[in-house]
Amino acid sequence: MNKTVNQKAWFLILPVLLLVAFSAVIPLMTVVNYSVQDTFGKNQFFWAGLDWFKEMLASERMWNALGRQITFSAIILAIEIPLGIFVALNMPKKGFWASLCLVLMSLPLLIPWNVVGTIWQIFGRVDIGLLGYTLAALGIDYNYTQDFYAAWITVIVMDVWHWTSLVALLAYAGLQSIPDAYYQAAKIDQASRWKVFRFIELPKIMGVLMIAILLRFMDSFMIYTEPFVVTGGGPGNSTTFLSIDLVKMALGQFDLGPAAAFSIMYYLVILLVSYVFYTVMTNLDKRDGH
Amino acid sequence: MAKITLENLAHSYLPNPTSEDDFALKELNHDWVDGEAYALLGASGCGKSTLLNIISGLLHPSQGRILFNDRDVTMAPTTERNIAQVFQFPVVYDTMTVRDNLAFPLRNRGADPAYIKERVQQIAAMIGMEDTLNHKARGLTADAKQKISLGRGMVREDVNALLFDEPLTVIDPHMKWELRTQLKSLHHEFGHTMIYVTHDQTEALTFADKVVVMFDGRVVQMGTPQQLFEQPEHTFVGYFIGSPGMNVLTAQVDGDKAVLEGTQISLGKGFGSVSGKVELGVRPEFTSLSAGDAGLPVTIKRVEDVGRHKIVRADFHGTEINILAAEGADISPDMNRVVFDPAGINVYSDSWRVAPKVA
Repeated sequence: MNKTVNQKAWFLILPVLLLVAFSAVIPLMTVVNYSVQDTFGKNQFFWAGLDWFKEMLASERMWNALGRQITFSAIILAIEIPLGIFVALNMPKKGFWASLCLVLMSLPLLIPWNVVGTIWQIFGRVDIGLLGYTLAALGIDYNYTQDFYAAWITVIVMDVWHWTSLVALLAYAGLQSIPDAYYQAAKIDQASRWKVFRFIELPKIMGVLMIAILLRFMDSFMIYTEPFVVTGGGPGNSTTFLSIDLVKMALGQFDLGPAAAFSIMYYLVILLVSYVFYTVMTNLDKRDGH
Repeated sequence: MAKITLENLAHSYLPNPTSEDDFALKELNHDWVDGEAYALLGASGCGKSTLLNIISGLLHPSQGRILFNDRDVTMAPTTERNIAQVFQFPVVYDTMTVRDNLAFPLRNRGADPAYIKERVQQIAAMIGMEDTLNHKARGLTADAKQKISLGRGMVREDVNALLFDEPLTVIDPHMKWELRTQLKSLHHEFGHTMIYVTHDQTEALTFADKVVVMFDGRVVQMGTPQQLFEQPEHTFVGYFIGSPGMNVLTAQVDGDKAVLEGTQISLGKGFGSVSGKVELGVRPEFTSLSAGDAGLPVTIKRVEDVGRHKIVRADFHGTEINILAAEGADISPDMNRVVFDPAGINVYSDSWRVAPKVA
């Protein structure tokens, strides 16, 4: 059979091309453009080659921010993933309480980032915040504006509060899809609760768990608003994560070239890690024989 | 191994059952004799799986008691009952190897490793999976997975009973026959009480010593394949077992005579006067065509040749009658009468069989 050749069909993909061009390609290329040029104002630009990249790679400031960023993502993943699974395992399976739990679990996810930041900023204040005041009254030295550990703990607890629900909901969806027969067979086989989790539940929710890990990794790696509202990156630079540092550099100091080089490397790191995750996930699926 | 007794057992999935229709399993008394192989046969939704899950303890009955060797286990959890059960769809532990899957029930009960090794090897040989013992269970085909499930069910020798819930649904026909034969030989070897749920009559009749036929939440007949065939206690049993099923015709019965749509036939034995909705049940095997004047006048609709015999589909005043004719039998246009062999005539009142009166 002869295929009909109709070159006019190209026009049909034009809207998509335009959309992608304006939403992704052009902004990204602008950043690339900045990253290889220098300017002394008056909209005059000079070719700088890879100088900004070299400077950024040698910059202690960027490496420190990256170190803090990785530590932060690792800590919140280590807390949110197991906690989310634990919550999902203990949620009711059906009926009124299941619906209620689902609504309650979704609530934190619906609150805008800067509102979450504000809530915790006030909550933790030693003078008027319920948490800060109570801790102070108990004689615990807690002040997130001055103490390194207090600041980190606040930012981490805030993220756990905001996002554990997401992991729990995904894990819950995964658990709900396990047929009853598996649990019945486990009972017949006299499997312990731990073995049921290890050999039935965990393998069956591995797929959604990977998605949860990927989402939480990407999101936490790009976190900006919440810690910025609560600590402003302080005390000192102790909670200055990559995005916060980037904004300081680009908009605070108006170092467009270095900031652009920085963003591109930042983007490549996220892309790389996501790609690795994606590969691992698809391989898991293949082993499943899907 | 144990004798299993069901006493006044009934189950409803509703919290407050009021009428009999609310019960998925209607009140039932039954003994499962130790060491026998039973098939639980019935259409989908007739309560077979409910009954099975009550025996294994996955479900607690709304009323009545279950006894294992006269010990009340009605509320005992599954683990205390020491039962093996194989489900309709394969349940395997994906991340484990086939070997670990088979060893799982034994390990959980703390069996001796040397014994586990030997037993797993034995079971693997039985299900024909010795070569794949070290493979991960994930990625195997559905019937390989189901063989693992079967193997896991059979791996323990000391179980009180082995329950099968339509276990061969996903297995291909050739393997079905082989596995069924193996189950049977396993039964002969170890003498476990086995209960095998199925909606496939061939499966039930070839597997079991006794077949229990269920209909609408009720056990309608329990018997050997021969009893079910020759004397169905309920018209449902007649329909359900046999291919094609029993012919059921409305009639008036008086003594040893029956009148069907104005035609009188002889029953060969006396039934007295039968009340209620009276029907005659005659299997196609006991039915033949005749060119004479005796018998019921019928119109032949079509003849189906299934190879080893012919099935004649005839119409008698709007009711279909199936007649089994020998492969070589000549069916001529003047054969417009159907005669019944009196030995094969059963009389039913309100769907239940009426025993003939001994003269």
